[in-house]
Amino acid sequence: MIRAQVLICGGTGCTSSGSKAIQQAFNEQIELAGLSEEVKLVQTGCFGLCALGPVVIIYPDGTFYSRVTPEDVSEIVTEHLLKGRVVERLVYADTGEEKVEDVTQVSLGDTAFYKAQHRVALRNCGVINPENIDEYIAMDGYQALGKVLTEMTPEEVIDVVLKSGLRGRGGAGFPTGRKWSMARTLVPDADQKYVCCNADEGDPGAFMDRSVLEGDPHAVLEAMAIAGYAIGANQGFIYVRAEYPIAVARLKIAIQQAHEYGLLGKNIFGTGFDFDIELRLGAGAFVCGEETALMTSIEGKRGEPRPRPPFPAVKGLFGKPTILNNVETYANIPQIILKGADWFASMGTEKSKGTKVFALGGKIKHTGLVEVPMGTTLRQIVEEIGGGIPNGKKFKAAQTGGPSGGCIPAEHLDVPIDYDNLLAIGSMMGSGGLIVMDEDNCMVDIAKFFLEFTVDESCGKCTPCRVGTKRLLEMLTKITEGKGTMEDLDEMEQLCYYIKNNALCGLGQTAPNPVLSTLRYFRDEYVAHIVDKKCPAGVCKNLLTYKIDKEKCIGCGMCARQCPANAISKTDYTAPGKKLPAMAIDPEKCVKCGACMSTCKFKAITKE
Amino acid sequence: MKSLAELAAIREKMKDRVVLREGQGDIRVVVGMATCGIAAGARPVLSAFVQGVADEGLSDKVTVTQTGCIGICQYEPVVEVFEAGKEKVTYVKMTADKAKEVIEKHLKGGSPVAEYTIGQNQ
Repeated sequence: MIRAQVLICGGTGCTSSGSKAIQQAFNEQIELAGLSEEVKLVQTGCFGLCALGPVVIIYPDGTFYSRVTPEDVSEIVTEHLLKGRVVERLVYADTGEEKVEDVTQVSLGDTAFYKAQHRVALRNCGVINPENIDEYIAMDGYQALGKVLTEMTPEEVIDVVLKSGLRGRGGAGFPTGRKWSMARTLVPDADQKYVCCNADEGDPGAFMDRSVLEGDPHAVLEAMAIAGYAIGANQGFIYVRAEYPIAVARLKIAIQQAHEYGLLGKNIFGTGFDFDIELRLGAGAFVCGEETALMTSIEGKRGEPRPRPPFPAVKGLFGKPTILNNVETYANIPQIILKGADWFASMGTEKSKGTKVFALGGKIKHTGLVEVPMGTTLRQIVEEIGGGIPNGKKFKAAQTGGPSGGCIPAEHLDVPIDYDNLLAIGSMMGSGGLIVMDEDNCMVDIAKFFLEFTVDESCGKCTPCRVGTKRLLEMLTKITEGKGTMEDLDEMEQLCYYIKNNALCGLGQTAPNPVLSTLRYFRDEYVAHIVDKKCPAGVCKNLLTYKIDKEKCIGCGMCARQCPANAISKTDYTAPGKKLPAMAIDPEKCVKCGACMSTCKFKAITKE
Repeated sequence: MKSLAELAAIREKMKDRVVLREGQGDIRVVVGMATCGIAAGARPVLSAFVQGVADEGLSDKVTVTQTGCIGICQYEPVVEVFEAGKEKVTYVKMTADKAKEVIEKHLKGGSPVAEYTIGQNQ
């Protein structure tokens, strides 16, 4: 009889920090302690706190162990599982309060990271074994599909989704119910329709969809079947990137298990409804996350977008009416069907309902995955849940929406996050990547980074994007090299708007956003690069000068030996009290690699 | 899957397996499992509680867990029952059979088994 369960995170983050070895150690130690009959080991999806991985949770106590190593396992087994004594040194018990009286009493839900979260899309992630359909069923899985097929008409299903206020979680925020209703009604005599899932998560720093697929794949399958019933489709496609091997493997297992149980396939629940799902692996082109390019790629052609209209609801995959929703959007659907539209609409802000998953990254303590109600402020996410900025540095900006989004400066930290508010302050929700930046980040450099990404990923079909982003990047590069002029700023802005208005697809239309938003909030940094020829954050190499303080230099010559450009040589000045003449850097030869500075033991070299 | 009933059956069968992960029930049964407790026979007591709670369908309500040394080694195996809003009940010198009685009368019936409590055994 099982009395305790050990949940080990098998998400991508914890897998790369070694959770497989821990699982093996638990297997051995539990066997050794003779607890095999009493303790069950469960591999789950992502718990969210990737920064503290590998993560292990022990139920029924809900004790949260972080950064577990294989050497810790025997202690956890003999102390906790056998004798019931929590291994205090491994417990993660940061509740946000000054002092925690008794760490053994802190469970997962009490920690600062989880307290303010509200998990809907992630409700099963880190709770069930994603490779076991029975566990999903035990958590009310496939109940919503059953309810829809036996009790509701397709129109009623669409009505519930409409009323819930759910909007597309891929970034643009189009009302999901409206999309479904269009696909159901616009082409009444269609002989075939399709349901597609966009799992081509390509934003740098985003891993929400990956975690949902890895932690709760059945939720996506169930929702797609529901969508199929609602619009009248019997075939679904999941377009997932091949770079997500764990997600792909678990989706395959899930589809196979659903087939075995008859939850996919012919005559589901004996209602005569057929639905099947196939996987399509993308090779990782960013543009394939755009809906028309994605469908072109599923058709087996080169992934390029095409003009809209016609919209996919009229003419989509293989020319048939199609809906395409994002992974996280689907993950919400079964809950909305079971708990009702009002329940979902009770969360969030007036125009953005429900919750949103964010992938926290960058200069933040708790790198990981969080899900909060819409309307939560950026400050709460960064400071409370994310634990703030490490090393006592100051918050400078948060980047949302990846290469399509923008930077939000400190002055907007208290804006409640929803689709419309983010647009109003020059960023966008995007799929949910949230990269935190501190005073050491140069905003011009950040804009350049994202532009480099879009230049690489532009498919080249339309000129505004192919040439425009390239020119934009050249101007940015010029500025970071200290060769920019104030006129460049105006021209850049003009070019940004030109690209936005003329590019063919979402990739190009949003590509200038990182430039526009940094120009809007951090214009002074651009000006510093152009007028003062300085990079305030000390990032842009060409604007740095390395200098040797001749009073501190003892003339040991270590720096000169490290210098790859032979830019350092002896002077004829010897400081008082020093035996050898000081060294000096020739600015003409210096390549600004910083090797001299990290070599000098006497702190005689500075950069400015 | 031919019917909803089939789905419901799988769900019922699997419920016990995941209920542990939904957090603590209203009643917590804590078994002392320090060296002294294990030596005095706490393992079968713990198993009896786990098994009994599942058999009686009390998994939603009752969480069985263990703790370290409570400090009264001569009375081991010690079992404490916590219930919100009620005073803690401490059972001493427990056995598997006594555990069954506690499940029946206390956890199900709501009245502690006085003769096994620490007050009656000093």
